[in-house]
Amino acid sequence: MIRPDADTLLEIVDLQARVEDKPILKGVNLTIKAGEIHAVMGRNGSGKSTLSKVLAGHPAYTVTGGSVLYRGANLLDLEPEQRARLGLFLGFQYPVEIPGVSNLEFLRVSTNARRGEKGEEELDTFAFEDLVRERLQVVQMDPAFLERSVNEGFSGGEKKRNEILQMALLDPLVAILDETDSGLDIDALRIVAGGVNHLASPDNATLLITHYQRLLDVITPDYVHVMAGGRILRTGGKELALELEDRGYDWVDQELAVLEVV
Amino acid sequence: MSSSTSVGDLVSQPYKYGFVTDIETDKIDKGLSEDVVRLISSKKDEPQFLLDFRLRAYKQWLGMKEPDWAALGHPAIDYQEMIYYAAPRQQEKKLSLDEVDPKLLETFDKLGIPLSEQKRLSNVAVDAVFDSVSIATTYREKLAEHGVIFCSISEAVKDHPELIERYLGTVVPSNDNFFAALNSAVFSDGSFVFIPKGVACPMELSTYFRINSGDTGQFERTLIVAEEGASVSYLEGCTAPMFDTNQLHAAVVELVTLDDASIKYSTVQNWYAGDENGVGGIYNFVTKRGHCRGDRSHISWTQVETGSAITWKYPSCVLQGAESVGEFYSVALTNNLQQADTGTKMVHVGPRTRSTIVSKGISAGRSSNSYRGLVQIGPKAMGARNYSQCDSMLIGDQAAANTYPYIRSQQPEASVEHEASTCRISADQLFYLQSRGIGFEEAVSMMVSGFCRDVFNQLPMEFAAEADKLLALKLEGSVG
Ligand SMILES: Nc1ncnc2c1ncn2[C@@H]1O[C@H](COP(=O)(O)OP(=O)(O)OP(=O)(O)O)[C@@H](O)[C@H]1O
Ligand SMILES: [Mg+2]
Repeated sequence: MIRPDADTLLEIVDLQARVEDKPILKGVNLTIKAGEIHAVMGRNGSGKSTLSKVLAGHPAYTVTGGSVLYRGANLLDLEPEQRARLGLFLGFQYPVEIPGVSNLEFLRVSTNARRGEKGEEELDTFAFEDLVRERLQVVQMDPAFLERSVNEGFSGGEKKRNEILQMALLDPLVAILDETDSGLDIDALRIVAGGVNHLASPDNATLLITHYQRLLDVITPDYVHVMAGGRILRTGGKELALELEDRGYDWVDQELAVLEVV
Repeated sequence: MSSSTSVGDLVSQPYKYGFVTDIETDKIDKGLSEDVVRLISSKKDEPQFLLDFRLRAYKQWLGMKEPDWAALGHPAIDYQEMIYYAAPRQQEKKLSLDEVDPKLLETFDKLGIPLSEQKRLSNVAVDAVFDSVSIATTYREKLAEHGVIFCSISEAVKDHPELIERYLGTVVPSNDNFFAALNSAVFSDGSFVFIPKGVACPMELSTYFRINSGDTGQFERTLIVAEEGASVSYLEGCTAPMFDTNQLHAAVVELVTLDDASIKYSTVQNWYAGDENGVGGIYNFVTKRGHCRGDRSHISWTQVETGSAITWKYPSCVLQGAESVGEFYSVALTNNLQQADTGTKMVHVGPRTRSTIVSKGISAGRSSNSYRGLVQIGPKAMGARNYSQCDSMLIGDQAAANTYPYIRSQQPEASVEHEASTCRISADQLFYLQSRGIGFEEAVSMMVSGFCRDVFNQLPMEFAAEADKLLALKLEGSVG
């Protein structure tokens, strides 16, 4: 929901980043306030995941220009783990498997890291089990997944649910969900979207990266952004997504071509 | 920014145990000859049979060559440049700890092995070996009540010569290999454990080896005998000061189990590994072998090898008794320029013998880490079974991991299974954990201890957590 008086959580100004020698983000501008839901759409390769990973602090990307303020402080100065502890969450497009590390233990350590930052007490194994069992309901996940290694052998959809479970435990202020809807069956999509809606509040914000209107049918965005060539080319309300669904991206390419000539 | 922390920095944590204790030592002149062998024996006031054993080994050694088949490289060792006996100067081994030189007690305190009555570990009896001699053994009386003998091997030679004569060199013959022959000729001290028939040892036994002198070779000898139905769990720990020269450590460990007996032998090896340029560190050439002599007997080796510049070590089991069981669980971590060539031999002689091998190698820095294992099934080992699993984890892109499994079977019906895998800690895995609020070092250590869990689960409880911490420490600064 858009409220003019809401706190600004994230303020991205002219952000530029490269991987090795290849520039990928070429000046991204985006402001996110508490209570808002943003959707970022755009062709494959337009830089959506790169934006999300730069925000989370992935070491493969080098920021070459611009700034990012997170609740008024310079985000780019922080280690990835500090960003997470302060409430920035990235739900990965491709969550990695970590053999040998128990999912339950991983969830407990990360939850406690975030709780510590919020000044809440650490949860011991028992207290955490109670919490995790409650949060499992949000994504209707089988507790058996807790006993396995992190994401190891999980199906595509199970990995995505595990991401939302983490989001539910970490209680983020800004959650970036990179194609959390892709690879989900119809029921799972409803469950995951239900979870995201359930976790959304006037104090936090969500940035959904998606290709599909069907997600935006269940999670109504306040803003829709179209990314192309490493920039946000157009911003609108929820109708923009419908327009994209209708017209495709060709018009975006044309606008981009004009821009790149300039 | 975040990329400034690299796994590389993480592995190279300073070595905590690198201090030297300033204590007067009784050393003999450097060099090795028949006279030196005789001198060691006479300093220890040994019976004739032992002197004969040493002299025979010395003659065998003269005719042997250093093994060159391992994937290891090091400058030639000059055996005449080394001192073969060094002992802190104190008259006799003290019966009461109150009389032990406080400097020695302090040393062990600093190593986390308090020996004094008040502070010592409550359920672990410790034999503390400093350079060439055992300086104290705790809980002896309590163990004696159960008929358990736990003392230094020098004391055992004096007090129980018949046991030493009956068992010494029967598992690892003096001519077994170059380093075993050298050890048999000049061994200084080590531990002796005897668990009589039917006794389950009431506490963990442990020997802590401390090298202190810079120019001294370490040649311990450990012998553990479990009679029919007896059982014991034994742990060995080791540290050494940081010197920029290399010290040779050539130990021999022999285990014997009679019918239905079991020995669980665990090692946490943290000898000094040399610096990040490979200067200094211990050359660890060790022969460890267990002999399941009795039916249904059981020998289990668990090792966590984190130190030494060079590790050459193959704790093995000869499974002679019917249905006897041999196990080998190993974590070997190498970093910087460390080299490890380690593994096991499971020799199945008796029928229905079983063995399990689980080896986890972790290589970081520019180190090299090889698993070398032999599973041998003899013609009489009907129904023998082996399962081997060898996993390697690479940290960074300059380390090497090799696996050399050898299988020799003369028994068509035996079942031998071998699995192997190699993985690398990837930047994306670390980032994933970090992006959930987990610090870089903790992320590495979570992944490493996950990788080692099957082995750590085998360690006595008191030491499993220690092993975890030790690996994390050894890996400080190495991923990236
Ligand atoms: N680590 C990397 N190395 C090389 N190229 C990269 C790397 N990361 C991203 N790129 C390139 O940057 C561009 C943007 O990639 P990104 O993953 O951000 O796209 P996306 O918008 O998320 O696409 P999709 O919709 O397919 O997920 C692509 O051309 C991609 O190949
Ligand atoms: Mg993407």
